[in-house]
Amino acid sequence: MDNIVTHAPDFFHDTRAESTKAVARSLWNRVLSSVCVGLSLLSLVPLVSIIYLVIYHGFPLLGWDIFTQLPPAAGMGGGGFGNAVLGTLVMVGLGLLLSAPVGILSAIYISEYGPASRLAQAVRLVAKLLTGIPSIICGIFAFALVVATVGSFSAYAGGVALGVLMLPTILLTSEQALMGVQSAYREASYGLGATKFQTIVRIVLPDALPAIMTGIMLAVARAAGETAPLIFTSLFSWFWPKSLAEPTASLSVLVYNFSIGTDSHQIQLAWTASLVLVAFVTLANIAAQLAFSKKY
Amino acid sequence: MTETIAHSVAAQSQAPGRPDFLTVRDFDFFYGKKQALFDINMDIPEKRVTAFIGPSGCGKTTLLRNFNRMNELIDGIRHSGDIRLLGQSIYGKGVEVIALRRSIGMVFQKSNPFPKSIYENIVYGLRIGGENKKSVLDEAVERSLRGAALWDEAKDRLHESALGLSGGQMQRLCIARAIANRPKVLLMDEPCSALDPIATVKVEELIHDLKQEYTIVIVTHNMQQATRCSDKTAFFYLGKLIEFAETQKIFSNPGQKQTEDYITGRFG
Amino acid sequence: MPEQDSKNRAFAEVRVGPDLFHLLCWVASAAAVATLGLIVYEIISGAWPAIQKFGFGFLASSSWVPNRADFGVFPFIIGTAVSSLIAILLAFPLGLAIAVFLSENFLPLPVRQVVRFVVEMLAAIPSVVYGLWGIFVVIPIIKLFGTWAVSVFCNTWTTPGIDGAPDTHRGIPVLETLFAPPAYGNSMLTASIVLALMILPTLTAISRNSLTAVPKTLREGAYALGATRWEAILGVILPTAAPGVVAATILALGRAMGETMAVAMLIGNSSRLSWSLLSPGGTLAGLLANQFAEAEGMQVNSLMFAALILVAITLFVNLIGEAVLRHTQHQTAGIR
Repeated sequence: MDNIVTHAPDFFHDTRAESTKAVARSLWNRVLSSVCVGLSLLSLVPLVSIIYLVIYHGFPLLGWDIFTQLPPAAGMGGGGFGNAVLGTLVMVGLGLLLSAPVGILSAIYISEYGPASRLAQAVRLVAKLLTGIPSIICGIFAFALVVATVGSFSAYAGGVALGVLMLPTILLTSEQALMGVQSAYREASYGLGATKFQTIVRIVLPDALPAIMTGIMLAVARAAGETAPLIFTSLFSWFWPKSLAEPTASLSVLVYNFSIGTDSHQIQLAWTASLVLVAFVTLANIAAQLAFSKKY
Repeated sequence: MTETIAHSVAAQSQAPGRPDFLTVRDFDFFYGKKQALFDINMDIPEKRVTAFIGPSGCGKTTLLRNFNRMNELIDGIRHSGDIRLLGQSIYGKGVEVIALRRSIGMVFQKSNPFPKSIYENIVYGLRIGGENKKSVLDEAVERSLRGAALWDEAKDRLHESALGLSGGQMQRLCIARAIANRPKVLLMDEPCSALDPIATVKVEELIHDLKQEYTIVIVTHNMQQATRCSDKTAFFYLGKLIEFAETQKIFSNPGQKQTEDYITGRFG
Repeated sequence: MPEQDSKNRAFAEVRVGPDLFHLLCWVASAAAVATLGLIVYEIISGAWPAIQKFGFGFLASSSWVPNRADFGVFPFIIGTAVSSLIAILLAFPLGLAIAVFLSENFLPLPVRQVVRFVVEMLAAIPSVVYGLWGIFVVIPIIKLFGTWAVSVFCNTWTTPGIDGAPDTHRGIPVLETLFAPPAYGNSMLTASIVLALMILPTLTAISRNSLTAVPKTLREGAYALGATRWEAILGVILPTAAPGVVAATILALGRAMGETMAVAMLIGNSSRLSWSLLSPGGTLAGLLANQFAEAEGMQVNSLMFAALILVAITLFVNLIGEAVLRHTQHQTAGIR
């Protein structure tokens, strides 16, 4: 009689054996969670270190001088890197001039005119492949195409290298932007008797523009920081650029050159240049995010 | 067949316009290998409301979208036979589709105003036609909004986003946008199916006013709507035109058994 | 009969010219495709003399002597492979941990957003800045570590010499080779660590996407059976997301192989093959960065040949990574 009462099943608690195992499982669970969280927070350390050092070493020399003065030779103090800032802006601009039209117009073709055509498939494949190409190859290409043919290093060559670098990003993000435009808008436009051209220019492009701008800004942010495409296309210069057909300074190459040297003042300028670069890249990325969220 | 013609003749004596305003002759239509419309013949009268009814997939929307050649946006379509507006074939050699679509306007099932201002939505059709003079555009905006019974609600917010309107207002905006082009025919593809009952009433009243000026063809799933709004009704089934007559006759004394089965709800 | 009276015309019949814009877009697309073709053409034609002279021996030869026009890239291929693999080895656990952290809710959302922001910022930092930071932070640390490692791994057992003969030092078998002295600062290890940091964002982002793409129904199924959180993660979620994580790793590997500047600034750029992680090394990309500007004649052709090899390797790895990624998207699409 007693047996029935003492061994009634309990659905909400484990048996003693299960209990021990449960404790072990629970403990293991906590350990893994701690490791996971610990490693994740660990990832904050390098970034904090980089940002801190860039600001700590770079901030002291930050001032109007760096935008107006030329780079100092080893042993000299003072100076700045105004020509490098200008050079970066100019060459990124040149690259944009090449890559933006080709990228956006191609995206329009593969999205609006012939999405299933063989050319469109080729374009998408090529864009994917181009994103995987190391940036130094862009430099080698520009070298072979421009420097070797013309016989001198130039801002043009640097611009070509950066253009090739930016092309796949702009193309792929523009395609995404165009695909994001509701087809109902296109239908309404055709229903009112618009041509394809009018529909693209008046309805599709304006609606896709914020996302296209995002892609462009992301491409610019990346290109501004790149060194490899520039070290043997635009090389470097200690002077203000007089024309686009001569070696031109850039922020990234300046950081490279000064960092591997031994002059402590130049090294500190490298930190300052890094600060300017990181600030620019961060702002460009933030602007890209903001542009994307701005819709009618 | 003879019934239809007889009724057309009878209707003609009361009709304000031509009985053969928009005609379809021996029309077949194919999506690739699949035939969607079989030997359609009909005369749609001027300045009246003609309703297309029938179960899903019967071809009513397909036929409607052929009137303004919107189906041509899809690949692999094929047709035989002819469709004529005022006797002029819409498939004629010199016909430019974009001009056709300005003469035959369309309102879609789900309202699709552009992400622009109310003003810009309405003048879009005019701008693409090359008209940019402010006085002409302003006049068109007022005319169209009044015609769509939206003027009072919209006149103070012409330059605000069209996307800020309610669902029913957006559909009336789309109607205004379509009539801004002064089309000869207005095609409406289930215009009220996405609207609440109150908005639906407003649009149906609007249709009643619009037929003074425009020939209207409306596709609807809602048979009560057909009885309320239309003068003539065409019943389609499996790609064929089963019966086409005065709305009153279709719903009170249908000639074909299939029509009767559909309107009494034996299938749908 | 049809009324052709112009006044009563139903609609005007208009003639429209060819769509020039369409043509322009077509030309742009063709130009985009041609760009890749042009790149391949330029590199191959630049490399051709070297290909003719060295053939496949180029990949096996270890001598790089510009003066004698004797070139071989074997050390650099090994260097590329080793630095990338070590970077993956370091980045994988960290990246996976972060990806899991971001896809679960161990800590509240604001913390997760901060971590996510940090990882995105890591991606935005230019390569040269990593190099500069590496020079000032990582090199000193590695020098210290290297000295410690040498003393521990290479001098573990000391047998005193007899009669004034020098002591012999013995170390732990594999480790004494990997951490053989001298302990340089500019070394394979330094470059690999910074490389790991640079590919971390890629690995994390794609892995996280794979984890969040695992359908909720699978997760709920595991919990409904009484699983703890980690039993669900390890038993159900990770296995389902595994292909995506693999794709992430492969793509990160591709990026590591192509990374140039930070590596060139930290690896020491030696053309001698060495087993020790504490010795300088060289990668294909670093080789190009260092020598291209001042190269002449056959050296340029050889560098182009090296570039060709680099392009081939990275393209190959990226294609595999993309293919795996696309395969995973098909997989999870089936489960509702």
